[in-house]
Amino acid sequence: MQLDAMYQEIILDHYRNPHNKGLRDPHDAEAHHINPTCGDEVTLRVALAPAPGSVLDEKAVVSDISYEGMGCSISQASTSVLTDLLIGRTVAEGMTTLDAFTELMQSKGKGEPDEDVLEDAVAFVGVSKYPARIKCALLGWMAWKDAVSQSLEKEGA
Amino acid sequence: MALRESGQPDTGLLDTQTIREDFPILSRTVRDERPLVYLDSGATSQKPRQVLDAERGFYERHNAAVHRGAHQLAEEATDAYESARETIARFIGADSDEVVFTKNATEAVNLVAYAMSNAATAEDGLRGFQVGPGDEIVVTEMEHHANLVPWQQLCQRTGATLRWFPVTESGRLDLSDLGDLVNERTKLVAFAHQSNVLGTVNPVGAVTARAREVGAMVLLDACQSVPHMPVDVSGLDVDFLAFSGHKMLGPNGIGVLWGRRELLAAMPPFISGGSMIGVVHMSHSTWADPPQRFEAGVPMAPQAVGLAAACDYLSKVGMDRVAAHEHTLTEYALKHVGAIEGVRIVGPTEAVDRGGAVSFVVDDIHPHDLGQVLDDRGVEVRVGHHCAWPLHRKLGIVATTRASFYLYNTLEDVDALVEAIRAAQRFFGTRA
Repeated sequence: MQLDAMYQEIILDHYRNPHNKGLRDPHDAEAHHINPTCGDEVTLRVALAPAPGSVLDEKAVVSDISYEGMGCSISQASTSVLTDLLIGRTVAEGMTTLDAFTELMQSKGKGEPDEDVLEDAVAFVGVSKYPARIKCALLGWMAWKDAVSQSLEKEGA
Repeated sequence: MALRESGQPDTGLLDTQTIREDFPILSRTVRDERPLVYLDSGATSQKPRQVLDAERGFYERHNAAVHRGAHQLAEEATDAYESARETIARFIGADSDEVVFTKNATEAVNLVAYAMSNAATAEDGLRGFQVGPGDEIVVTEMEHHANLVPWQQLCQRTGATLRWFPVTESGRLDLSDLGDLVNERTKLVAFAHQSNVLGTVNPVGAVTARAREVGAMVLLDACQSVPHMPVDVSGLDVDFLAFSGHKMLGPNGIGVLWGRRELLAAMPPFISGGSMIGVVHMSHSTWADPPQRFEAGVPMAPQAVGLAAACDYLSKVGMDRVAAHEHTLTEYALKHVGAIEGVRIVGPTEAVDRGGAVSFVVDDIHPHDLGQVLDDRGVEVRVGHHCAWPLHRKLGIVATTRASFYLYNTLEDVDALVEAIRAAQRFFGTRA
């Protein structure tokens, strides 16, 4: 039974009781991402606080992430886990976590994730065995990356 | 083949045991040695050995570029290709010069849509298809993207207006505004013979009758009908019919556009190049007669031969028997899947004017998650919006799970589906 490996209890817990769900203000940018193969979608907001004495850049702290979405357990749980992981971190740390998670998703089930970096997100290792589901797991993460980029661009402009 | 005689007459079911022996893939296992229960023929069908052998036989014995060269292999290849066209034409009650081979059904629809916009800049005699501001194209809310997006694009290119028939709650076409929707401004009505999501078989006659009154053309998307029921173009009164090979036991890479002879003759080409020309000069060219006008480049002869073998296979079984078999499976599925607590069928719940695509939603389980549990048990279905996003939006659902049947499916396959849905409900804790 490979299902239990994929749907670890952490994933089902986040799906049933999502964290930080429901759009909140203030926010610096909002991104709406859709998975065109299934129609699942997420709208995700990011609020950033600049590092002391600095403009909004990679050292800014992610002060809030909120989201609304509809989709499968994998996409919803993954977005919930993301908010736990990245709120309170700097943008640079968040990008490192995103890279680690993306790498895990591309590992075809053979990844050995660093639990210090990915925490609850290590539970998604089973998903990487199913190519059709990787997009589900990455949906919220791509929206986060997009929203953060928009925030930084706005600052630059 | 004695399939016609060896079925189970009381039930309408075919002798699937014999049929399944022709499909090598159906005896394999998936995901930890689970027997394969293939319920995704609406997306693509499996292929019998007869089709694979025909394609391999062409490559092994007759392979050459058709309609080119004068050597013996070129003659044999051309003969095989044109014989295949005759077989396929006969399968839908058509003449072979009205059958155009395309890459797939999507290209067949695009061929007509692009011929209509290309008409604006075509030479004398090929401008009759022109559309522009004030003209209307009519589709339906239940269309597959392949029979929707090309018409959106045509309207964007030409300034014509796209209109559509709504779908009722029960998954039928709402024809109450037929007289208004199809009017003197309508150039073409394009719709599915059978919905790939709802299974609904649409009332072709009612729509074509109105189209004839106002002089509009009719294109029928027959991707889900030609593989599953007897279809005879001489009885349909449509102008164009599009379908794909891979959904009817044939190879990938081949689709068919059937069109009325006089209409094809009046259409400018869509894709240009070799084979489709009359005379070529450095500055201009003239076109071959249909169907060659629409078959630029070296054509897919091995696939045409494979598709002809698929038509032969289906004809030997009998399309009436295929339809009856699927009808029995559909009735059984509607009854037993529909009876599961927490499951709702999307589309007509009675097997009347309805084919073997059964879509449904399960309370509190997203189709992706449901599909994962089904797959874990070897039950292979389609999940998502099935390339009919506007239909799902209209029905207020993000996605559905679809089981679709063919002549090799059994009542036991449906039982496996039912048991797998219940297993998913247990797994996700939504039902005891």
